[in-house]
Amino acid sequence: MVPLWWYILLGVALFVIGAAGVLLRRNILVVLMSLELLLNSVNINFIAFGRYYADFRGQIFAIFVIAITAAEVAVALGILVALVRNKSTLKVDDVTMMKG
Amino acid sequence: MDQGFFLLFATVSVITALTLVLARNPVHSALALMACFLQISAIFVLLEAPLLAVIQIFVYVGAIMVLFVFVIMMIDVREAVLQRFLPGGNMAALVLLVLLGIEMVALVLWSGRFSLTQPVTVRGGDQVRQLSTTLFADYLLPFEVASVILLAALIGAIVLAQKEQR
Repeated sequence: MVPLWWYILLGVALFVIGAAGVLLRRNILVVLMSLELLLNSVNINFIAFGRYYADFRGQIFAIFVIAITAAEVAVALGILVALVRNKSTLKVDDVTMMKG
Repeated sequence: MDQGFFLLFATVSVITALTLVLARNPVHSALALMACFLQISAIFVLLEAPLLAVIQIFVYVGAIMVLFVFVIMMIDVREAVLQRFLPGGNMAALVLLVLLGIEMVALVLWSGRFSLTQPVTVRGGDQVRQLSTTLFADYLLPFEVASVILLAALIGAIVLAQKEQR
């Protein structure tokens, strides 16, 4: 069997990489995709703990995380399309004003 | 055997995640993220969560990433390919990230709580059946709330993305 901390370390690695994408990249699309990676790394932790402590709640929370992520992506991409239509930019730095 | 498969999937997922962050072209990022999600679903299979693995492939690879590729197709990303990659003023964020990673790794390695090598108790029986019984009996209200949230997101996305009528 694989020790539990291997899964936790994989989650840590993916989380740090995703956070790097959110903080360092300036392209909104890549920032959104890195957010997906962050949520997925947390899902790995949920399911690993649920497996090793024989508890179904880990998987159930992972299902809810996936559902909420789907909703979030739909709204975020709608906002992105509206933004590109109005301001024709994809850079995070160009949309710091709320009513600009 | 398990460990070999885990190392394979983990290595490929970390490499594809790095490709996602480092690739200049958003299309390459999207494809790398798709590969990463496939590896993560394989890891779910290793964790004996086959339902979650299938949901992962259906929802993430099948729906979310296709949505991303659709949006990339709709908007012009040629400018994004040319833009400067990492602005220099972000050293603070980089240092913060390195500190965060070191802290998490140190905490995980020091704590004895994560050193389990076997599950505490072995589950028996039909696991998907047990999981769905738990989901639809104990977590029915959150399930319905999630469906309402999905409906609200659907309407919101349609309203946001349609062209303004004046």
